[in-house]
Amino acid sequence: MPGRVRIALQAAAVSVVALLLALLGWQVFQKDQTPDVGRAAPLFTLPHLGSEEELDLASLRGKAVVLNFWASWCGPCKDEAPMLESAWNRYKDKGVVVLGVDAQDFDVDAQRFVERAGITYPIVRDKHGSTLGHYGVTGFPETWFIDRQGRLVGEHVAGPLTEDDLERNIKIALGEPA
Amino acid sequence: MTGRLLAVLVVALAAVTPAAASEQNPTLPELERELICPTCHETLAASTSPIAERMRVFIRARIAAGDTKSEIKAKLVDQFGESVLAAPPKSGFNLLAWVLPLAGIAIAAGVVGLLAYRWSRGRKGEEAGEPSTNGRFSLDPELERRVDEELARYDA
Repeated sequence: MPGRVRIALQAAAVSVVALLLALLGWQVFQKDQTPDVGRAAPLFTLPHLGSEEELDLASLRGKAVVLNFWASWCGPCKDEAPMLESAWNRYKDKGVVVLGVDAQDFDVDAQRFVERAGITYPIVRDKHGSTLGHYGVTGFPETWFIDRQGRLVGEHVAGPLTEDDLERNIKIALGEPA
Repeated sequence: MTGRLLAVLVVALAAVTPAAASEQNPTLPELERELICPTCHETLAASTSPIAERMRVFIRARIAAGDTKSEIKAKLVDQFGESVLAAPPKSGFNLLAWVLPLAGIAIAAGVVGLLAYRWSRGRKGEEAGEPSTNGRFSLDPELERRVDEELARYDA
């Protein structure tokens, strides 16, 4: 085999190995991680449940956001929904938005859940679960709190919320003394 | 010749018929093996999670409604994304997942074949070497000289 051809083949082999290693590194780097409190909340744009209209999280800048991840088949989510609805009704005029993110679910089940629970706060549908990794969501329900500057604040509640959790973290998100 | 052609056609038909039947009349167990639970990332067959149970209910209802396997899968992909499929679809970028392993095997087979060919040619070249004076194949001249020296010393 001529020397040049051999060198070209060796270079091609090394390039392929380097490419595979780069892909491996990228995959490891991209691995879903729970974001840190104090950092900017990962942005997303998702359609409202049962609608083509989209909601951009960035459009809620200037408001405190209670970001609740749920699914219709999740038992604790059913218990939590009335508490979130109550908080929405009490705080919506004070600059708080309760935003539900429904994922790993059927549209029809999610819509039935919303109707039965009498939910009036906005719900977006994450069909592909793209936000779950960015927020480190490993189960339902999970809740994050975002302040008016779009930063994650307070506690990341992985599991059902209590009234105390909700009140305390909403106040933190609003910048009020807890 | 006609007999061989007929045999090939029979084998091809035997392979295609079950696939077509499976597409038109899918069963729950085969779909359970081809779909992934979105929460636990196991096949539906292995999963007992609530969403897996709900997906089974959905699949049974769609089978009863006469949907084909592709239609049922498409409806589940619409709800959960392509990650719900145990094997990537054979289209678009996902086609690479099917083509690359086959291409890798073909390239590896080609390289092995080439090496085997070169090795066998090398052996033939060696075997085709001129016999030495004692009727056996020649040694390296330097080695032969040293062997002769050693033998001469031994005889002396």
